[in-house]
Amino acid sequence: MSAVEQPVTPLERDAIRSVGTAHPRVDGPLKVAGRAAYAVEHREAPYDARPLHAWLVQSTVARGRVLAVDAARAVAHPGVVSVLDHTSAPRLQEGEDRELEVLQDDRVDFRGQIVAVVLAETSEAAREAAGLVEVAYDEQSHQAAFEETEDTYEPETVNPEMPARTEEGDVDGALAGAAVVVDATYETPVEHNNPLEPHAAIAHWDGEVLTLADSTQGVHPVAQTLAPLLGLEQAQLHVVAPYVGGGFGSKGVPHAPEMAVVLAAMTQPGRAVRLAVTRQQMFALTGHRTPTRSHFRLGADADGRLVAIEHEVLEPTSRWKEFGEQTAAPTRMMYAARNRRTGHRLVPLDVAVPSWMRAPGEMPGMFAHEVAMDELAVACGLDPIELRVRNEPDVDPETGKPFSRRGLVDCLRRGAERFGWSERPAEARATLEGDWWVGTGVAAATYPAMLNPGNEARISAADGGHYDVAIGAVDIGTGARTVLQQIAADALGVDASCIRLRIADTDLPPATVAGGSSGTASWGAAIVATAQRFRADHGDAPDPGVWTQAEATDAQSEDHALHSFGASFAEVRVHRWTGEVRVPRLLGVYSVGRVINPVTARSQLIGGLVMGMSVGLFEESYRDPRTGHVVTQDLATYHVASHADVRDLQVEWLDEEDPLASPVGGRGIGEIGVVGTAASIANAAFHATGTRVRSIPVTADRFL
Amino acid sequence: MRELDYHRADDAAGAVALVSGDPEASFLGGGTNLVDHLKLGVARPRVLVDISRLPLDQVEEVELPGDSGGGPGLRVGANVRNSDLAAHPAVRSGWPVVSRALLAGASGQLRHQATTGGNLMQRTRCVYFQDVTTACNKREPGSGCSAIGGYARYNAVLGASEHCVTVHPSDLAVALAAVDAVVVVLGPDGERRVPFEELHRLPGDAPERDTTLAHGELITAVELPASAAAATSTYHKARDRASYAFALVSVAAALELDEAGRVADVRIAWGGIAHKPWRARVAEQALLGAEPTEERVAAACADELADARTSEGNAFKVPMVTAATQHVLQSLQGGRR
Ligand SMILES: Cc1cc2nc3c(=O)[nH]c(=O)nc-3n(C[C@H](O)[C@H](O)[C@H](O)COP(=O)(O)OP(=O)(O)OC[C@H]3O[C@@H](n4cnc5c(N)ncnc54)[C@H](O)[C@@H]3O)c2cc1C
Ligand code: SF4
Repeated sequence: MSAVEQPVTPLERDAIRSVGTAHPRVDGPLKVAGRAAYAVEHREAPYDARPLHAWLVQSTVARGRVLAVDAARAVAHPGVVSVLDHTSAPRLQEGEDRELEVLQDDRVDFRGQIVAVVLAETSEAAREAAGLVEVAYDEQSHQAAFEETEDTYEPETVNPEMPARTEEGDVDGALAGAAVVVDATYETPVEHNNPLEPHAAIAHWDGEVLTLADSTQGVHPVAQTLAPLLGLEQAQLHVVAPYVGGGFGSKGVPHAPEMAVVLAAMTQPGRAVRLAVTRQQMFALTGHRTPTRSHFRLGADADGRLVAIEHEVLEPTSRWKEFGEQTAAPTRMMYAARNRRTGHRLVPLDVAVPSWMRAPGEMPGMFAHEVAMDELAVACGLDPIELRVRNEPDVDPETGKPFSRRGLVDCLRRGAERFGWSERPAEARATLEGDWWVGTGVAAATYPAMLNPGNEARISAADGGHYDVAIGAVDIGTGARTVLQQIAADALGVDASCIRLRIADTDLPPATVAGGSSGTASWGAAIVATAQRFRADHGDAPDPGVWTQAEATDAQSEDHALHSFGASFAEVRVHRWTGEVRVPRLLGVYSVGRVINPVTARSQLIGGLVMGMSVGLFEESYRDPRTGHVVTQDLATYHVASHADVRDLQVEWLDEEDPLASPVGGRGIGEIGVVGTAASIANAAFHATGTRVRSIPVTADRFL
Repeated sequence: MRELDYHRADDAAGAVALVSGDPEASFLGGGTNLVDHLKLGVARPRVLVDISRLPLDQVEEVELPGDSGGGPGLRVGANVRNSDLAAHPAVRSGWPVVSRALLAGASGQLRHQATTGGNLMQRTRCVYFQDVTTACNKREPGSGCSAIGGYARYNAVLGASEHCVTVHPSDLAVALAAVDAVVVVLGPDGERRVPFEELHRLPGDAPERDTTLAHGELITAVELPASAAAATSTYHKARDRASYAFALVSVAAALELDEAGRVADVRIAWGGIAHKPWRARVAEQALLGAEPTEERVAAACADELADARTSEGNAFKVPMVTAATQHVLQSLQGGRR
C-alpha cells in the first residue's frame, strides 16, 4: 500500500473538540488489570511455539580478544539446548554499527559485551548454565577513566548531525573587556535510563519471516535497522510492541540484546526464543548518558547583559562507536550575546557505547548553562529572573530566524508569581528553619520542536460511522494511544469513540521513533494529513471499505526557530548538620504549544520534573576505571528518586498553540521537564547554604 | 537449574541440628537478603532450613536473667518482624532508638517480611560482594578486595583491614549496640548469651566471617535491658535519598543528664563507619560528667575517630558522623543548645 504525499494544514481551531480535553488513558484499565502484554509476556502464536529462554554471557574484561569459549559444562547442564558464541552464531551482513555486530568476531570492546548466548528450556537453566560458560581472553590494556587523554579529539559532528564547533564574533576580546566574568566548569555523571520494564523480546523464525515482540520505542526503526544486517527484506521482519514499560531513550534504537535474541531464534527455526535482560545487564548493554564536563565562560556588562558566551565540552564516547552528546547545542540558541563559541571534544574510552537518555544534550548542557547564569546573577547583583529577561534574544541567535514563539519570559514570570518568588531574600544563606537551611532557585528549560519525516497513516471507513486509523507508532507509556485517537477524531471531525486506532506493528504504515519529544507532532501530522486527503477523496459520508494512506508534507515551518521553553523553580532544604538535601517544593511552568491531553501531558511533565530532581540529587553510575565495569548496577545502589523524595510537585503550561511547529499545534512535552530542573535545585542549594555546587548529583557531602 | 532442599523447621533445636551438621545448609528467615543472594549466586546453599515459622515471634516485658545484666527488660523473639518491632508500644517508649532505626531501614514491604534475627545477620551491601564477576575476600576468601581503590562512598573509616573495607548495613544493629542488647543464641551444645558488641566482628584477615557465631548457631532472641538513657534515645540516619537507602553514616544515641545538665549516662553507636556497629566508647568516656556542648561532642568524636582512615570517596564520613552525633545529642537534650 503506497502512500500519497499530502500537504497538511494545521487543525483548525474550531474543529478542535477532543483535542485539549482530559481524556483518560484508553489502555489504563487493561494495564491496571495486568492484562496488557509486555514484551516477554506474549503467549499468542507464534510466541507460544515451544519457547526457549536465552541468557546472555558477558565479557569480564574491558578490551581484548576471546581466545576460547568453553561451553562443555554449560551444554551438559540439564535443560540446556545450545550455547552460541562468535564461532557458531549466524553471520550478519556487513554493517556500520559495531554495537549490533553481536557474536561476529573475537574482539572485546568493553566490559559486559555479549560473548555468548545460552539457550535452554527454562530461564533458570539458562541462567545457571550461563555461569558455567568459561571464556578465555587475551586481555589488552584499556582506558575507562574519564580524563583528558592523548586520543581526545574533536568530532566532525555531534548528535544528531550538528557541527561540533560554532563561533561568532570575538569571544576572547569580549571576555577581556567584560565588566563581569563567570569562568567555571560543570560536570554531570554517567547516568542510566532505567525504565521500569527492562529490555526484553521474544523472537520466532519460521525460515521465511522473523517475528519479534520487542520492548522498543519504534517498531519500524527496529525492522529498518536489523533487516539489512540479517540479509532479510523488511517485509520478512515483523516487529510488534503493543505495550512498553518506558524507555527514556534507551529503547530508541535497537541494542545488542535485540540482535542476540534474533540470532538465537534463527538457529532454532520454529521455536520462540525469549530474552529478558536483567537490571544488572542493562547497565552494560542498553545505553547510558555519557558524563559531561562543560567549561563555561560568560562575560557581561555591568547591567548583566551578556557580551560573550563560551561553552567548551569534554565528554567520553566509546572508542569503537562514536557517540557525541550535543551538550552545547542549547547554548547556541538560548541567550543573546554577540560573541559566542561552543565546541565539543570527545575522549574515546573502552566502555559501552553511550546512547540516548531523556533530553540528550539539553539535560547536561542546560544544567551547566543555568548554574552559570545563576553565578552571573550573583556576580552582577541581579535577580536571576531579571538577568534572564535582560538576555532575551529577538531572534534565534544561531540561525537568525524568528522564534515561532519564545515563551521563556512568560514562563519565568508566571512561575515567579505562583512560587512566591517576590518574597525570596536576595542573599544566600539567609534562612534557617529548625535544622534546615532553606533556599529557592530557578532555572530555564528549552527543548527543540522536532517533527520527523517518514510517517504515514492509513484511514479506512468502517461500518456505523467508525474509522480505522493505523500507524506504526509506539506508546511507551506516555499516552500516545489516547492522544492519537483524539487527534484522529478532530482531524476527521468525528467523536473520539468513532476512532479505532491500531499502532505498534510493522504491518501498519511506517512511523518514526517515540523519541526526541517528536512522536505526537510527527505521527499526528501524518494522521491529520491523511484525514484531510481522505475527506478530499471520499467525502463526509464514505462507503465502508474506502481508505487513504498518506504522508504529510509541509508539516513544519522552515522559516522559524521552533523551541519549547520552561522555567523550573525549586525549594531546597539542606540539613545544617549532615548536609542532607531535600526538595520540598518544585514547580515547572512550560510553553509547549497546544496541549493535546492535559491528563497525559501532566504525567509527562511531572515525570520529567521527578527525573530532573532524580538526576539533580541522586543518579550516578560508578564506573570502576580499573575494569570499565559499572558497579552500581541495581536500583538499590543506583538511586532514583523514591516516593519520599517527591513532595509538593506542580506543573503548569501556558495556554497556547503553535501551528508553525506542527499541524496539531504542539511542540512536544516528553523531555523538557528534565531540562533545567537539576540546575534549579543546585541554584536553590546555593541560595540555602552559600555553597556553590557545580556538578550533579548534589549530595550531602558537598555541604559539610 | 540449581536444586535446593527445603525444610520447614518445627523446633529450634531441630533447625540447629540440621544446619550445624551441614556446611552447605542455611537458615532462612524472611528471605529478603538470602533469596537475593541465591539469585545473584552470592550464596549457594544446598539446603534451606526455614525458621520463619518457629514460635519466636513474641515481644515480652521480662525480668532479664543474670547473664543479661538482670533487671527489667524486653525479650524480642528472633522472628519478630521489623515492622512489628518498630510499632511495639514498649519499644517505642522504652527504646525509641530501636523503633526509629528500624523505620529508617529498607521499605515498608521489606520490613513486614524481614525478621529480627535475619536483620542482624544480613550481609554487607558492598557492590563488589554482590557481583560474582568481581574479586571479594568476603565472598571468596583470598580472591582480593575490589573495594580498595574502587567504589568507596560507603566504605569503612574505622577498623577496616587490608582484606576488607566494607561496613555492616543494618540500622537495627546500630541501635542495639547503643542500648547494650544481649543476643540469645542456640547452638548444638545449648544456649548462650552474647553481648551485642561481641556479635559482629571486624574483618581482620577473615572478612568472610561477619559475626562470632559458629555455623549453625541460631539467634533465638534479643534482650534489651531497660535504662533511663535507653528511654531517651534516638537515631539519625544520614542518607542520599529520603528513604530506601542505606546509611552514609548513622548515629544511635541514648543520653541521661543529671540535674546540672551534665552527662550521667551516654551511649553512642555509629553505623556506616565500620564492619560492625561501632560503639563509640572513647567518645562516651570523654563526655561522661561534662556538659555535652557542641564543641565537647566534636572533640569527643575526634578522639573516637583518631585512627580513622579514609580515601577520597569516603573522607566525608568523618565530618558527617561528627556533625550527626552533635545533632543527635543536642536533640536528646530537649532542644538545649
Ligand atoms: C532494597 C533493600 C533495601 C534495604 N535497606 C535496608 C536499610 O536501609 N537498612 C537496613 O538495616 N536493612 C536494609 N535492608 C536489609 C533488610 O533489613 C534485610 O534484608 C532483612 O532485615 C533481613 O531479614 P530476613 O529475615 O529477610 O533475613 P534472611 O534473608 O532470611 O536471612 C539473612 C541471613 O541471616 C541468616 N539468618 C536469618 N535468621 C537467622 C537467625 N534467627 N539466626 C541466625 N541466622 C539467621 C540467614 O541464614 C541469612 O544468612 C534492605 C534490603 C533490601 C532488599
Ligand atoms: S570491602 Fe569486603 S565485601 Fe567489599 S570487596 Fe572488599 S572484601 Fe569484599
